[in-house]
Amino acid sequence: MRSRRFVAREQRELRRETLLRPDASLGLVAMDGPGDPLPSLVVRDGEVVELDGRPRERFDVIDHFIARHGIDLTVAGEAMALSTVELARRLVDVSVSRAEAVRLARGLTPAKLARVMCELDPVELMFAMKKLRARRQPGNQAHVTNLKENPALLAADAAEASLRGFDEMETTVGVARYAPLNAIALLVGSQTGRAGSLTQCAIEESRNLQLALLGLVTYAETLSVYGTEAVFVDGDDSPWSKAFLASAYASRGVKVRFTSGGGSEALMGHSEGCSMLYLEARCLAVVRAAGSQGVQNGSISCIALELSLPGGTRAVLAENVLAAWLDLEVASGNDAIASHSEIRRTGKLMGQFLPGTDLVTSGYSVMPRRDNMFGGGNYDADDLDEWLTLQRDWQVDAGIEPAGDAEIDAVRRRAARAIQAVFAELGLPAVSEQEVEAAVVAHSSLEVPDRDRAADVEAADRLLADRVTGADVALALDRRGFGEIAERVFAMQRQRVSADYLQTAAVIDEHGVVRSAVNDANVYAGPGTGWRLTGGHWQHLQSLPHEIDAASERAARVSGPAFVLTAAPAVPGGATDEVVIAIGPAFGDALRATISDLDHRDVLDALAAGIREAGARPRLVRIRRTSDVGQIAHDGAGLSGSRIAIGLQSKGTAVIHRADLQPLDNLELFSMAPLYTLASYRAMGRNAARYAVGGSPAPVPTELDNFARAKLIVRTVLLHRVETDAIEPDAEPLEAALVEGWA
Amino acid sequence: MRYRRVVDHLEPYPLPVETVTTPDGTPLAEVTFAAFREGRIAASELRATPDTLRRQAAVARGAGREPLAANLERAAELALVPDSLILEIYTALRPGRATGAALEGYATRLEQEFAAVDVAAFVREAASVARERSGDA
Repeated sequence: MRSRRFVAREQRELRRETLLRPDASLGLVAMDGPGDPLPSLVVRDGEVVELDGRPRERFDVIDHFIARHGIDLTVAGEAMALSTVELARRLVDVSVSRAEAVRLARGLTPAKLARVMCELDPVELMFAMKKLRARRQPGNQAHVTNLKENPALLAADAAEASLRGFDEMETTVGVARYAPLNAIALLVGSQTGRAGSLTQCAIEESRNLQLALLGLVTYAETLSVYGTEAVFVDGDDSPWSKAFLASAYASRGVKVRFTSGGGSEALMGHSEGCSMLYLEARCLAVVRAAGSQGVQNGSISCIALELSLPGGTRAVLAENVLAAWLDLEVASGNDAIASHSEIRRTGKLMGQFLPGTDLVTSGYSVMPRRDNMFGGGNYDADDLDEWLTLQRDWQVDAGIEPAGDAEIDAVRRRAARAIQAVFAELGLPAVSEQEVEAAVVAHSSLEVPDRDRAADVEAADRLLADRVTGADVALALDRRGFGEIAERVFAMQRQRVSADYLQTAAVIDEHGVVRSAVNDANVYAGPGTGWRLTGGHWQHLQSLPHEIDAASERAARVSGPAFVLTAAPAVPGGATDEVVIAIGPAFGDALRATISDLDHRDVLDALAAGIREAGARPRLVRIRRTSDVGQIAHDGAGLSGSRIAIGLQSKGTAVIHRADLQPLDNLELFSMAPLYTLASYRAMGRNAARYAVGGSPAPVPTELDNFARAKLIVRTVLLHRVETDAIEPDAEPLEAALVEGWA
Repeated sequence: MRYRRVVDHLEPYPLPVETVTTPDGTPLAEVTFAAFREGRIAASELRATPDTLRRQAAVARGAGREPLAANLERAAELALVPDSLILEIYTALRPGRATGAALEGYATRLEQEFAAVDVAAFVREAASVARERSGDA
């Protein structure tokens, strides 16, 4: 028979995934592949005639492009002469500035760039990422989609995303013709939550360019590049067509980021026997050569393939670091689902989360992953509190801000109403009241009414034919009384006039000011420098809506008059059938219930009933000098005619004690207060009585919940503090009774 | 490529509002929603001029980003090229779409009609590499 532990492990989510042994011939090796070329660069008469072991006659289009546009020949000789380990050390040396590291990278070939990464271990990679990031403050990008392409839900989700501090958000389409509608919903929603969020709609390049020309989107990220010529051709582009497109977007004042990422060449069957990281280095050399300000990489949609290989997580971070080293803005993946295992997903995330990247995810799904049409949702709406808590735990800014329920409801409703108004004003199929309400409160699009999709796409075609612009959307908003959102939508159009946000790693703050790697550059140079999460922003990120205030938690637990009366000082009893119930200083007074919300009166009744059941008599005594349960019980036992007492803290922890034992010894300890019911206390009472009458009872069965501590340690501390505050040092025990009568 | 060691002049960044205009010369400070609503500014004016894009190229160059600067200079040339022609040239540059002669035709038009010399050179370079890759070189 097989171990049941094997079976249990096989049933874990992780084991749905396949792990691969590396196979370089299929491109299935993460980094440092045996087929990767040795770095080389030969320049003759100012022209590159050999690149990474390949002579000019055998250059493919990628080599040609990199040779002509991707290597700074004024620094190449110096940079290529440095060893890989020397270059790697400079990346993690705080005395070597980012600017100097970036200068050297301009002269390196793809094979050299990839080999330098191979010298860095994971922590060194994270450190290099922190130092090389382009913009000072990390940011984040959201995914906003839903399966029904419902405009009210899109607008509401976009509004929540911008309220939560996302710098950028992207949507896409299930049906291509929906694109203008989805783009408008995002434009309106994003500006409802916060002025300045950038938006895009990921679709086929020429359609995307059309939306950009109309001002319905403000950035584009669809410009994919690949590390081998064959895949480039399959992607229906060449480095020149992509670079031309980048210039075209820029000419219309649209921010552009390219897309690459390890594993795509292996996936498409043309890896040429090279490692994923080396091919990504080629992609990144093309991206920089094309003049893109940035890239989204980190394997992106092939993440699960790269993670099937040894060192996959490390190689993915190495891709991000390479992009940053090449002075590019980095949107660092973490969008497509990396694993079934939450442990593994989060392990991978830390590589980008802790050092911070320009955009920590290439798309955090602000709606549940079932509505994510990017194949994304590695982290989704339901995970938001976890993300915020991780930021709070590490004191790290990973680009998402907390917001209260009322505030979220309000911007969602406002955005849904605003898009309803725009649809009405532009003569698009109406957005109903039910859609608006559902968009505010729905968990997913399952709860949102269906629309007439035929009518929607027809209207979308008409929008494009009529060349409805972003500025027209602003007018529509204004005519329907949404003046503030109209101003903000117009402000996004106005950004195109100065085009400041075409610079590297540009985002727009809520005052409309562009922050980029030019005016807000990362100048990290060791402790005390660079972006540090302190002051007001740290206060904001740590203040989660569901955190509680210690003082109010304490106050909330007391109402009405105390119900334990105390009288004369207690003296040792003479009755041998007497069991003392020794209660802590706050019991029934400053505190009224146990940690599991059992009323103190009911607990005493249960104990007393148990004591009587087993033939003894209860006697209530208040201990004042200590809040320690062992000391309380031991004091009680000293007063008990039978020498047996039950010590009881206000939070519900109990112990059965005998006078001749050491104070911290005991007969039975009941330390898992959260697990006890009144029946448990009754059983404790019975056992105490049996000890008192000279019996030898079986101990009350031990209960165990190892999560109780994680769940309740905070309340334990707060309750215990109340008990401790009620201590009267050196005060003698008092006889006690219940106000309403007992015993 | 060789990075320029000498930057012509350092542009202030973000570009000062008073130094920026729309294509028809309206100062950026006058580009307000109120003016747009009253019809004093057309939607087509909400875009960068070639000069603005060249100044952004200078900002990028000043920050040591030569390829980005070159891209923005190509963008400055394309700012005056109509949308339809841009889409046409983009399509022609995609794999297997256009002959060398067709690309040369676009390069000539870019040069002659729009003074887009950098973009024209870029299109010619794409054509020459395509020719070399197909063995016609």
